[in-house]
Amino acid sequence: MSAHADTHAHDDDHGHHHKETFVTKYIFSQDHKMIAKQYLVTGTIMGVIGVLMSMMMRMQIAWPEEPNVLFEALLGKWAPDGVMDADIYLALVTIHGTIMVFFVLTAGLSGTFSNLLIPLQIGARDMASGFLNMVSYWLFFVSSVIMVISLFVEAGPAAAGWTIYPPLSALPMAQGGSGMGMTLWLVSMAIFIASSLLGSLNYIVTVINLRTKGMSMTRLPLTIWAFFVTAIIGVISFPVLLSAALLLIMDRSFGTSFFLSDIFIQGEVLHYQGGSPVLFEHLFWFLGHPEVYIVILPAMGLVSEIMASNSRKPIFGYRAMIMSILAIAFLSTIVWGHHMFISGMNPFLGSVFTFTTLLIAIPSAVKAFNWITTIWKGNIQMNPAMLFSIGFVSTFITGGLTGIILGDSALDINVHDTYFVVAHFHLVMGISALYGMFAGIYHWFPKMYGRMLNKNLGYLHFWVTAICAYGVFFPMHFIGMAGLPRRYYTNSNFPLFDDTANANVVITMFAIIGGLFQLVYLWNFFHSIFYGKKSEQNPWRSTTLEWTAPVKHIHGNWEGDIPHVYRWPYDYSKPGHDDDFVPQNVPMKEGEEELHH
Amino acid sequence: MTAFLTIIILLFIAVAIWQMVKIFDLAQVGTSNSQVATDKDNTLNAYLMMGFLIFIYAITIASFWYLGDLPLMSNSASEHGPGLDNLMVISMALIFVVQTFTQFLLHYFAYKYKGEKGKQALYYADNNTLEAIWTFIPVVVLAGLIIYGLFTWTSIMNVEETEDTMVIELYAQQFNWKARYSGDDNTLGMANVRLIDIDRANILGLDESDPNAQDDIITTELHLPVGVPVLFKMRSQDVLHSAYMPHFRAQMNCVPGMITQFGFTPSVTTADMRLNPDIVEKVANINALRQENKEDIEAKGQEVLYEFDYLLLCNKICGKSHYNMQMKIIVETQEEYDAWIAEQTTFKNSLTN
Repeated sequence: MSAHADTHAHDDDHGHHHKETFVTKYIFSQDHKMIAKQYLVTGTIMGVIGVLMSMMMRMQIAWPEEPNVLFEALLGKWAPDGVMDADIYLALVTIHGTIMVFFVLTAGLSGTFSNLLIPLQIGARDMASGFLNMVSYWLFFVSSVIMVISLFVEAGPAAAGWTIYPPLSALPMAQGGSGMGMTLWLVSMAIFIASSLLGSLNYIVTVINLRTKGMSMTRLPLTIWAFFVTAIIGVISFPVLLSAALLLIMDRSFGTSFFLSDIFIQGEVLHYQGGSPVLFEHLFWFLGHPEVYIVILPAMGLVSEIMASNSRKPIFGYRAMIMSILAIAFLSTIVWGHHMFISGMNPFLGSVFTFTTLLIAIPSAVKAFNWITTIWKGNIQMNPAMLFSIGFVSTFITGGLTGIILGDSALDINVHDTYFVVAHFHLVMGISALYGMFAGIYHWFPKMYGRMLNKNLGYLHFWVTAICAYGVFFPMHFIGMAGLPRRYYTNSNFPLFDDTANANVVITMFAIIGGLFQLVYLWNFFHSIFYGKKSEQNPWRSTTLEWTAPVKHIHGNWEGDIPHVYRWPYDYSKPGHDDDFVPQNVPMKEGEEELHH
Repeated sequence: MTAFLTIIILLFIAVAIWQMVKIFDLAQVGTSNSQVATDKDNTLNAYLMMGFLIFIYAITIASFWYLGDLPLMSNSASEHGPGLDNLMVISMALIFVVQTFTQFLLHYFAYKYKGEKGKQALYYADNNTLEAIWTFIPVVVLAGLIIYGLFTWTSIMNVEETEDTMVIELYAQQFNWKARYSGDDNTLGMANVRLIDIDRANILGLDESDPNAQDDIITTELHLPVGVPVLFKMRSQDVLHSAYMPHFRAQMNCVPGMITQFGFTPSVTTADMRLNPDIVEKVANINALRQENKEDIEAKGQEVLYEFDYLLLCNKICGKSHYNMQMKIIVETQEEYDAWIAEQTTFKNSLTN
């Protein structure tokens, strides 16, 4: 195909090395590998902020309204004498959600690995547009900075929940955080969306146009399939959130009535007439639900790749895996209403969304069983990346199963917006996606930094995290089924829920230990960048193309010609070969069949 | 004090982690460690995988043991409640079986097929029969769940308003609830927030010229006669709220600018529910806990002794005092209800000036 011709053009170009300055190499870099690292480090910093916030929330829930040194130190005027203020609790809820969903698990996960792996695994010199890629990162950086700045606003940061439903988010008189804090939130998110769109378009174009010779769509690693489909969902759904944000800005600042009507607040009637908050909910969740798949699909891709490589076996059901990614992606855009069963939406619509939602369980089950079959009769190498991948499947199953309850409109009536929901989505898309991200980092750290992460610290990190994640979120289902609503600053005004108090203390203990042990990972990460053991070219003995590139990063990825591809990416332990892996760029032996898949 | 101790403990844990990190580091000096898993690592982590499987089962059992009496899956107080609870129990049982089985396969395989030098993995890439099996089984199971779920949902949500149905308005504002009864004419008067007149104590914005509004009754407690179908019409004056009545398995958002609705028939009076053995046990348990924290509770000005009541809670983030937006619900006999409603003031008589 034409990609071949392009390749040669690139090869010629590659001969003349550009002179790189510090600024073009480390700051305004257009090299996808550097941009990936920039995404990762920025995402990590945002992640530390997000996790710290969740720690504070957990402490408040376990020991409500008690003085806490940590609050006093970190919250300043929002914790007079160390007692957390109710407004700032809601702000923590809001910003924790926003940061974790968008800045860590969208930009940090997808941004890092799509950038790192798409060109390297499809055999391209770089992204289709290095410049757009750079702009995408810097827009993300700016939006991160604005989000962090919003934490220091006089009247408080945005506090209407990460879903920012109006009228609460639209009216500064309803809540302090809906003033300047919300304005900055909206500006930050608008820029974030622009960044995400530029990134996604680049990924799509690159995957379609820049595959090396022989890299047909059915020879793409599942990582690339996942990133590709994720980018498509992003392009379809993020603009809708942008329009929701713009309309909300209009309602807030220019007096329009898209989402507001008939409001009497603080002794006065507002002029708004004819709008509907339910419209906002539709627009928000039209992105909001695909967003959870934008978060989880890349993690699924990474895990598939790592499981095959570490089991020394082909991924089981390669075609079925692709079909299920496509099915999940398609269904993800027509299920948003399951967040709105009791929003006042027509109950008939609720029925339709119940139907589409529960259908997602089918491709999800296919994926889970395919992963389990992949490790069956394998020769499993228990590298930290593999542990996190197995952990991913475990939490994805545990968290995913309760989706059968929440997706069922009738059952949702009584557990909607309780801690049951919190437990469900944290396991299925929070912890799982985080595991996918960790798995990816442990696996591709050598590709990013040319050094290895310390494996023993990796084991310690995984096992403590795995135990704490279940310790936090498993009991939480029961508290939710007891009817305890989420986003309550304290439960002490409801003696009815007093019997959940002890469980909440235990959960907080697990959360604190789990949070602290992330320090092990952070230390391992930053220490190994400089002092880790030097990596071999292909430390995990994997088949994909990124491991044929030299350890030391060069602009253009490969010295000389780009490797050609002759086989699918999962020829592990193929009979008739000496090694237990056959890289994609090794030609077929005479008489060898490409087992398809 | 607790908080201070917590911080101290946290610091100790942080120091301990730091030390462990150093020990791990030192232990690696001089060995030819490549940071790729060895057979020893594989074996150790394979055993830990089995350990983790046991941990998952253990935390499941522990949660059921210690928290199993919390879930509201029985003793519902509405007529549609048992049907919904039944669906919940079936779904939970199904989830429980699938969870136990798949987690076993995952962790057992991880243990059983741990890597060893020289071992050959099976080159097994595809099997259409297997794929068909685990596509088809979820299809059948989900079809059953969807059909059952939709029948339940439709029967709950499609409320038919008959002559017996009592229409009550639930009115939400930051941060409290009001109820409006329709009075003798069983028709709610027209209302809009633009008609709110605080000076005349017309706090819900009723249309003073509407004859239907005259006998409406506005209260801060919700009283319901047992066995009478109720249809709630919900309004909010400022932001989104959600009327959550967990014991009745009922919830609906209150949306400014529109009227939402939810209907159910209360089936157990508050007095009867207080005599229910499960509830008696739950209340005794709660009161034992409250006795332990007596001083704190008294310091907050709350009653130490707890008595069971149905509640209406706000379950949609609505601002600073969201966590304390509640209204008591009392289900009583028709006679008790009639006596109570007769004592309340009608809208016409509640207006000042």
